[in-house]
Amino acid sequence: MATVLDPAGAPAANEKQPAGRTRSTTPGGRRRHFPPLLAISPFYVLFAVFGAFPIVFSVYLSFQDWDGIGDMRYVGLKQYGWLLQDSVFWHAVLNTFEIWFLSTVPMLFLALVLAFLLHSQVRFAGAYRVAYFIPNVTSMVAMTVVFGSVFAQAGLANSALRVIGLDGVGWLSSEWGIKSSVSIMIIWRWVGYNALIFLAGLQAIPTEHFEAARVDGANSRQTLFRVVLPQLRPVVLFAAVTSTINGLQIFTESQVLFQSTDVGTTGGPGQEGMTIVLYLWQKAFKEHQFGYGAAMGWVLFAIIAVFTIVNWRLVAGSDDDRRPGIAGLLRRRGARDGR
Amino acid sequence: MAADERPTGSAGLAIGSGSRLSRTCVRAVLLLGVLVSLFPFYWLVVLASGTTQDIYRYPPKLVPGPHLLDNMGRVLDTVDFFGSLFNTVVVAVLGTVLVLFFDSLAAFAFAKYEFPAKKFLFGMLLVTYMIPAQLSLVPQFVTMAEFGWAGSLKALIIPGAANAFGIFWMRQYAQNSLPDELLDAGRIDGAGFFRLYWTVALPLFRPALAFLGIFTFIGLWNDYIWPLVVMIDPDRVTLQVALANLNILYNTDYSLVMAGALMSVIPLIVVFLVGARHFLRDLAAGAMKM
Repeated sequence: MATVLDPAGAPAANEKQPAGRTRSTTPGGRRRHFPPLLAISPFYVLFAVFGAFPIVFSVYLSFQDWDGIGDMRYVGLKQYGWLLQDSVFWHAVLNTFEIWFLSTVPMLFLALVLAFLLHSQVRFAGAYRVAYFIPNVTSMVAMTVVFGSVFAQAGLANSALRVIGLDGVGWLSSEWGIKSSVSIMIIWRWVGYNALIFLAGLQAIPTEHFEAARVDGANSRQTLFRVVLPQLRPVVLFAAVTSTINGLQIFTESQVLFQSTDVGTTGGPGQEGMTIVLYLWQKAFKEHQFGYGAAMGWVLFAIIAVFTIVNWRLVAGSDDDRRPGIAGLLRRRGARDGR
Repeated sequence: MAADERPTGSAGLAIGSGSRLSRTCVRAVLLLGVLVSLFPFYWLVVLASGTTQDIYRYPPKLVPGPHLLDNMGRVLDTVDFFGSLFNTVVVAVLGTVLVLFFDSLAAFAFAKYEFPAKKFLFGMLLVTYMIPAQLSLVPQFVTMAEFGWAGSLKALIIPGAANAFGIFWMRQYAQNSLPDELLDAGRIDGAGFFRLYWTVALPLFRPALAFLGIFTFIGLWNDYIWPLVVMIDPDRVTLQVALANLNILYNTDYSLVMAGALMSVIPLIVVFLVGARHFLRDLAAGAMKM
């Protein structure tokens, strides 16, 4: 495969030679590597300048006290010390986890249900997909503005509650109201996306497995739990990990819902909508505490890393394949394609 | 084969495929899902076409009103809508073109050529994909300020001009759909790396480019936190930031803000609907690969 297509390319010097011969002895052997290396270089150059350098620099910055204009003052690990004692930060961490949990669990469940239903429904499949995916492609700022009006005290949500004889809820003013509003927005945005991912997973299950189950006399429930769900595990894993990463980075919903002129945002009444990234933005770009913001970036990174690993372990669980993750997914896919 | 035809559903999962009643239930639930998905858009149109007084009325008015054009006109009078629309279009179009070019070029090299440290470089690419963007929000802003790019559209276009996801995804595609024989034939005709990329690979990449293009375009169009941070000049912002500012300054004038929100959403919905067929199929495939 790869040997037939030895990428010796065809540099001008040996273009007459038939392709596919081993070229290890070709004169100027190094030069043939030049075009592909040049081709991949933009990514690495951009990453070095705008990715790696800022990351290294942020370690340095997190040891400094700096308002972005004056001199930097070296404070060592004190930013981290302050951060660990900052009650607002811990409040933001707790809020982030609460919102993450409130949104991710129902979202993945609903997505799974929708995927099964879509799978059994053949008519209008394309139209359903488009309709379910539209929330995910629209601007979060615009839709947060809309949801903000729906959840306002005299908004549509409370009007609907009054019609069926219930009291209004302080969607944007009470602790759980705020967390529910933000979670509902996240669920609305991501259910369809995850349903389509799960649907793709369902469709990838070979038909023979269902036939085998039927021949063995399995009922629908047994088929679901013994055949379908185990095979969906890699896809559910993917969805769980991406949802976690996204969930721990919630920003726009809280920022747009509770922003006000100049002061930025403190996350609404009681700071119940304050999230980690919102606090990072507030400290760094509204209060100009760049060192503090950099330190917070590293703590966020650590939290996401821990959760991603835990997530992998949990969802991969008792799977025989000891290395799920990307490598595992690729290998399985490769095995199925017979490559 | 006939054996796995209908009664057990398209792939044999026996949900909603049994009785007529359960099939009706499935359809009802799916339709309810569609209504929930689309309702906020309908509500946006209702709010954007009414007056602010309508919004505070109880019971609420559930049908669109006659003031849509008035409200849109007021948006144009209040903020530089076309200015920020222009900025957003420039960022989304240029950014997408650069991503498509650099990603497909790198993917072609990774898929079809051997070079030193290839495995290591590709592994590094995957690792960079795992780094959350917020980690480098502060230092990236400082870097931009040092470059003198803060407030300039360059800050929104250049740093993301090549990305790990796109290279990874295009490489998968290139490996499966670019026949080696075709490249060999090109070589015999004397084409070098870049000629082969431009004349042989790129045309064959078209379906993959369509997906990556829409995906990138939507991402750039909707990005909020980075433009919010880096576009320091309030007169020169993208659509998302302009809308957020409109919301801060005029949040008692609901119909104005809603008209602005509607205007910022429409172009993207059009782009999505045009490319939806490609996009949704490949999105699922992309997720399965990652």
